[in-house]
Amino acid sequence: MTHRFIEFFVGLLFGLGLLLSGMTDPGKVIGFLDIFGNWDPSLAFVMGGAIAIGFFAFSLAKKKTSTFLGGPVHLPKFNQIDMPLMLGAILFGAGWGLAGFCPGPALVSMASGQVKAAAFVFFMILGMAVFELFDKMFKTKLTDS
Amino acid sequence: MVIDWNHFTPWSSLLGGLILGLSSSAFILLNGRILGISGIIGGLLTSFKGDVGWRISFLLGLFAAPWVGYLLMPESLLQIPRIESGMTAIAIAGLLVGFGTRYGSGCTSGHGVCGLSRLSIRSMVATVTFMLVGFLIVFVFKHLL
Repeated sequence: MTHRFIEFFVGLLFGLGLLLSGMTDPGKVIGFLDIFGNWDPSLAFVMGGAIAIGFFAFSLAKKKTSTFLGGPVHLPKFNQIDMPLMLGAILFGAGWGLAGFCPGPALVSMASGQVKAAAFVFFMILGMAVFELFDKMFKTKLTDS
Repeated sequence: MVIDWNHFTPWSSLLGGLILGLSSSAFILLNGRILGISGIIGGLLTSFKGDVGWRISFLLGLFAAPWVGYLLMPESLLQIPRIESGMTAIAIAGLLVGFGTRYGSGCTSGHGVCGLSRLSIRSMVATVTFMLVGFLIVFVFKHLL
């Protein structure tokens, strides 16, 4: 039960972070990606802030054999730069630039009642389902990050 | 390159980023999981018994965020989302993001925040790739078409 509570609370905290950072505003994301136009550098501060904290936690996590609650630490072991990684990142980047939504902010925005965000989430899950079919047919998939 | 000072929010973005880093840190150190939204939601499509609960409780927390945010956060910090894409662009973008994040094993949270924090070369390559493609797509749509 402790885990269920922590997962809920971490999800809540993460969502609040997304809202505060401005990531849930596609206009802000596109403003950040528009380096040749009227550039809004805010999202670089989001990344910087997140990594400044995350770096210490993950350095610690790498050294630990179990979590503070005694469970296993699931860190990805696969480290090859392969075709699925590159093609996936290219397709994701294209979709991200097109609408300004990535998965987390789209889910939060949907929960706040944004109809277009809900439509985005619908098509995103459809895209994920299409991937599962594609993966069953061609066996491309390896690990999650 | 011109800085868009009207939309630039260094402090709230930095604070939001720190919160994102904090939640990712809590997730790996307490629950032993990478906080990657595309993996958490995409995994629901293939998950087995015993692997569903943690995803659901995290997502419930994420969905609660905008509502808690409206209660806790001053109005000036909550940005009204600017969703300018039409439904066709939303649909294409959703499909690309869904397929791409699963194919490439991660999105802005899994690769961008957690991956960079743990100094994963794979995640660095993915993050640079989806950002460059994002820059390119926004450039094409905003300045060429």
